[in-house]
Amino acid sequence: MGETPTFFNEMDGGGEHPRAPYARYGDWFAGEAPERLRRKAREAETFFRRTGITFNVYGAADADERLIPFDIVPRIISAKEWARLTKGIEQRVRAINAFLHDIYHRQEILRAGRVPVSLIENNDAFLPKMLGVSPPGGVFTHIVGVDLVRTSENEFFVLEDNARTPSGVSYMLENRETMLQMFPELFTKIRVRPVSDYPRMLRRSLSACAPPACKGKPVIAVLTPGIHNSAYYEHAFIADQMGAELVEGRDLRVVEGRIAMRTTLGYTPIDVLYRRVDDDYLDPLNFRPDSFLGVPGILDVYRSGGITIANAPGTGIADDKAIYSYMPDIVQFYTGEKPILKNVPTWRCSEPSSLSYVLDHLAELVVKEVHGSGGYGMLVGPAASKKELEAFRAKLTAKPSNYIAQPTLALSTVPILTRAGLAPRHVDLRPFVLMSPDGIEITPGGLTRVALKKGSLVVNSSQGGGTKDTWVLED
Amino acid sequence: MLGKTAGGLFWMYRYLERAENTARLADAGFRIALTRSDHAEDEWASIIDTASARKAFLGAGGRFDGPSVINFLLRDPANRSSVISVTEAARNNARLVRTALTREVWEAVNETWMTLKAALARPVRETDLPDVLTLIRNQSALVRGATAGTMLRNDIYNFARLGTFIERSDNIARILDVKYYVLLPSVHLVGSTLDNVQWETILRAASAERSFRWVYGGETRPLTIADFLILDRRMPRSLLYCLRKIAGNLGHLCTDYGVRRPSLDFALGLRDELEELTIDQVMERGLHEFLTRFIQSNNALAAHVEEDFRFNR
Repeated sequence: MGETPTFFNEMDGGGEHPRAPYARYGDWFAGEAPERLRRKAREAETFFRRTGITFNVYGAADADERLIPFDIVPRIISAKEWARLTKGIEQRVRAINAFLHDIYHRQEILRAGRVPVSLIENNDAFLPKMLGVSPPGGVFTHIVGVDLVRTSENEFFVLEDNARTPSGVSYMLENRETMLQMFPELFTKIRVRPVSDYPRMLRRSLSACAPPACKGKPVIAVLTPGIHNSAYYEHAFIADQMGAELVEGRDLRVVEGRIAMRTTLGYTPIDVLYRRVDDDYLDPLNFRPDSFLGVPGILDVYRSGGITIANAPGTGIADDKAIYSYMPDIVQFYTGEKPILKNVPTWRCSEPSSLSYVLDHLAELVVKEVHGSGGYGMLVGPAASKKELEAFRAKLTAKPSNYIAQPTLALSTVPILTRAGLAPRHVDLRPFVLMSPDGIEITPGGLTRVALKKGSLVVNSSQGGGTKDTWVLED
Repeated sequence: MLGKTAGGLFWMYRYLERAENTARLADAGFRIALTRSDHAEDEWASIIDTASARKAFLGAGGRFDGPSVINFLLRDPANRSSVISVTEAARNNARLVRTALTREVWEAVNETWMTLKAALARPVRETDLPDVLTLIRNQSALVRGATAGTMLRNDIYNFARLGTFIERSDNIARILDVKYYVLLPSVHLVGSTLDNVQWETILRAASAERSFRWVYGGETRPLTIADFLILDRRMPRSLLYCLRKIAGNLGHLCTDYGVRRPSLDFALGLRDELEELTIDQVMERGLHEFLTRFIQSNNALAAHVEEDFRFNR
């Protein structure tokens, strides 16, 4: 480990007393017996297990289901902080959507030279088959999860834009549910904005994007890869909460120009498909021919207006890590405004001068795979051993274009409850954004992920991260 | 409802029913072994036959003694009908049809799986067996209670019930068939201890020893036992009772959907045949032949249901 810098602690801000958003919580906490709180924490785990809120870990030897650890200390955001964040998020999501429309139509941004053509052309996330396609309602990204990190009282950065199939919303909802059950008294003392509206908002938002072929009330279905997928719990949860069917590829086929699901009475058309299957696997006729998870021919039905796919195919081109470094330009290009939320400075290792800088400063940087996700294949320089650094250096030199690098951010901390009392741990935040022709809605809250290991900066659940309930306070 | 969901519900409840019946079977075997240790080996062998698992059991090097059979029936993951295997299969189906279940039912199934996985993690010692069997029965009762108490009486419920009763009648018919010779009038050696124990096993395995006594008092005759388990209209595990439930649920489905499906006519045919039958006629035709045919028809009925309601295609 390198020298530990000072990190912004969101609860006490480094001072003696809690910061304003945490004042009431701090009072309450001080009056609680630690033993009672620890017992509550154990109860929460039992509750999660019984409810079956688990995820499967890829590559785990026993393919067992695991719980994402839940910490009972909430992450609290003031109304003012939230207002600023939402403005920034809204701006960013609008820009992403405009960028997608442009990339799949006139490609003005490429003509203007603001984003290099090669970055699009040689990118697997770019789908030429989407060229010229205008999705129903003009919406490409119905659901976006914007990953934010904080480094000080006033500094927030966007770490990643998840514009494909962002996950984690079930944890946002279940974490709140758990807190309400365990600490009802807190919610009478502190006015926290509810998150429980999300499924209804999602349903409304998806319904507003029904395709031209839809007659009457839109039929919505959630497409899951199946019960062995790591996020299956969430897929079932969302379908259940929205009152939508939960379907797999094997339930679907093309019938008379529509995508229809096999019911006990035969095939019935679906209007809006909220898919939790990646682009590659969506349509074996148009993409990966070996996929069993998708529906042969769905892309053709989509292009002829027979179904809405949420998010639209090809949105990955907007949240690709190589594109990320261009986001400030993208925001400016389409909104004409300065970006409200900052980007993390990023070195594109494909550029020789950047590569040599990155190789020289490897021990200080975070290096990520351009197409990676879930915290896999990532190097956190300051936390890596000499051996790990050298191994990574070799990978990086072999295929530089596969990587980007960023400075190691001094992620803010929020305390978690440990046996020794409160202890600060690093966090990030993923608010969930819904977009429809009627506008953009952001649920007040989101998923706070927390690195449970002392000093760790990696919050991904697959790497030992946990979650917290996220409170946005009423004004 | 999705065809897959209907199939998932059907199988979820089949597996749950099988878990319970297998536990009963183990209980019955255990009791015989306690009372008649010199015939224990035969009894354990017939228990394995009832579970239609002789080949798998012997193939895995099993021996017909208590610990081997008990562990095979309850916790062997290689035995696809062991309590732990079917509980896991039931839970997987429950996950598949999560959106069709109430929170209570899902949590009951999930908890059952967690509880039994822990209880059956290590070989079950003889001293612990009664507790483990009680646990399995209690967990089944929990799921059944949650189902009865919270599920809407719609097509979802109908598919769940179809799974329950098709599995149950299959299991009861198998229990009877393995022991059919004990029930034949020709070999009926009234008063011999062996027979009493055998009858007791059959009744126990069908969870019918108490209700049988209520209905027939102390009069235990092979013919009445056969009559009770095949044709009694009040006994919730008799073949006729199951068929009436199956036909009833199919009837609801067809009314609900506004279409008559072949499976309904098939079920009505089977039911009516049993309604008119007397136990003497069954014996005349041959109990074994009757049961073999019943098991086949029951399988065919399941296949019809699967096809009519598009579980897979």
